[in-house]
Amino acid sequence: MRKFSYLTPRSLDEAISLMESYGERARYVAGGTDVMVKLKEGKLRPDYLVSLRRLPNLDRIMWEQGPSGELRIGALATHRALESSATIRWHYPIVHDAVSNIGSVQIRNVATIGGNLVNAVPSADGAIPLVTLDAKVRLQGPKGAREMDLLHFFLGPGQTVLEGGEVLTQILVPPLLPRTGSAYVKFGRREAMELPLLGVGVLLSLDEEMKRCVKARIGLGVAAPTPIRAFNAERFLEGREPTEAVLREAGQIAAEESRVRDSVRGAAWYRREMVKVLVCRMGLRCLERARSPH
Amino acid sequence: MARRISFLLNGEVQELEIEDHWTLLYLLREELGLTGTKEGCGSGECGACTVLVDNKAVNSCLYLAAEADGKEVLTIEGLASPDGTLHPLQRAFVENGAIQCGFCTPGMILSAKALLDENPSPTEEEIRHALAGNLCRCTGYLQIFRAVKAASGQFEKRSAEVISRSAE
Repeated sequence: MRKFSYLTPRSLDEAISLMESYGERARYVAGGTDVMVKLKEGKLRPDYLVSLRRLPNLDRIMWEQGPSGELRIGALATHRALESSATIRWHYPIVHDAVSNIGSVQIRNVATIGGNLVNAVPSADGAIPLVTLDAKVRLQGPKGAREMDLLHFFLGPGQTVLEGGEVLTQILVPPLLPRTGSAYVKFGRREAMELPLLGVGVLLSLDEEMKRCVKARIGLGVAAPTPIRAFNAERFLEGREPTEAVLREAGQIAAEESRVRDSVRGAAWYRREMVKVLVCRMGLRCLERARSPH
Repeated sequence: MARRISFLLNGEVQELEIEDHWTLLYLLREELGLTGTKEGCGSGECGACTVLVDNKAVNSCLYLAAEADGKEVLTIEGLASPDGTLHPLQRAFVENGAIQCGFCTPGMILSAKALLDENPSPTEEEIRHALAGNLCRCTGYLQIFRAVKAASGQFEKRSAEVISRSAE
C-alpha cells in the first residue's frame, strides 16, 4: 500500500481545518473498511488520511422516549452498535433489519453508519431505512453547519452534496407516530456477505382503530442511481385500509415508479417484479409489528 | 510517517515503532512474526485475518496498526494456555473434525470466541450469523458449526461449575 500520514484530530474543528489546509491531498476516514480497500486498489491516493475516529461523542445513539422523542445517531456509530442497541431493535426495527445484515460482524464492528451514507453507493443498506424514516442529516464544514433531508443528500452513485472539508456528523430521525410498524428487506441471492439486488423499506402508521393507514413511507435501494421514495405508492396507501390486496397494488405502483436497470447482479424486469412482491411483503410485516408492539 | 504505539498483544505489552500505512495484519505477520493470522482476500470478505481488538472481531487486513494503540489485541497464538493446554474452542475444533486445510481456522475460532464471550449459548442460527464473515473454501461448515456448538456447551458447563463452586 502507498504511504500516507495518518492524522488523528481530537475535535471536529481540528479535523475540518486539517482538511482545509491539505485540500485534495487529504481524505477523511472513519471505520476505514471502504477507504482501506480503495487505498489498496490504488483508487484513492491521498497523502493524508484525516481520521474521524477520535472525535468525541459522535458515536452516540440518543433517544428520548415519548411522542416528542427524536432519535439522534452519531455518524460514527458502528453498524454493530446500532445492531446491538435495544432502542433500535424495539422502536426502529427497520434499522435493525438493515444493519444486522451489512457485511459481517468483523465489518460491522468497525464500519460506521456515516461512512455507509457518505459512500453513496446505490446498494447502501444503511440509507434506505433512514430515508424511509424521513431522517435528516447534519453536516458541518468550513462554512458552518447545515441540515437537510437525507433523501436529498445523495446526488448519484458515489456522489453527495458534501463540499470540501464537510463532515456528516449526525442523523436525526423524527418521532414516530403511535401504532407504527416498519421493516426492511435486503434482497439478494445469498444470505450473507453480499450487496443487495434490491433493498425495500416500508413504514406504516395506523389510525386509532388500527384500520386505516395514516402515514406510509416506502424507500427503495438499487431501484435508481440513488435511494428513492415511492411517493405515488405512499399516497395510494394513505387513507386506505392496508389489506393484502391493497398492499399488492401499492407494490405495483412502486414498481412503476422505480428506475431499475440491468446489472451483473440482476435484470431490470426481475428487479421490478421483486419491488412489487417485497413492498407487499414488508407492508404485511409492518402491520404485524404495528399490531404487536414488542 | 512513523509513530510509536503501545498495545496489549496476547496479554503482553508491546511498544514499538510502526509506519502509518501499515495494517494490523502486516504488523502481526511481517514485523512480529505471528503468522497464525492469515491473509486471504485482503479486502474484508473472507475473514481469514480475523483478530480480536478489545474483544471484538475485526478484519486485521483493513485495520490500521496505528488504531491498535492503547488497545488489547488477541490473535490465535494467545488463545491456548502458556502450558500448551488448548482453549475449549480449539479442542472442540480438533474433536469435531472442523479443520481441513486449516487456513480459515484461526479466524473461525476467533470469531467464535467473540460470539461465545457475548452469548455463551447461541442457537445454530446465531452461530451462522456470527460466522458469516469467515469463509471456508474446503466448505466444512457443518463441522465448524458443530464444534462451536460443542464448545458453547463447555462454556456453559464451565460457568455452571463456577456458579456451583461459589455456591458451596
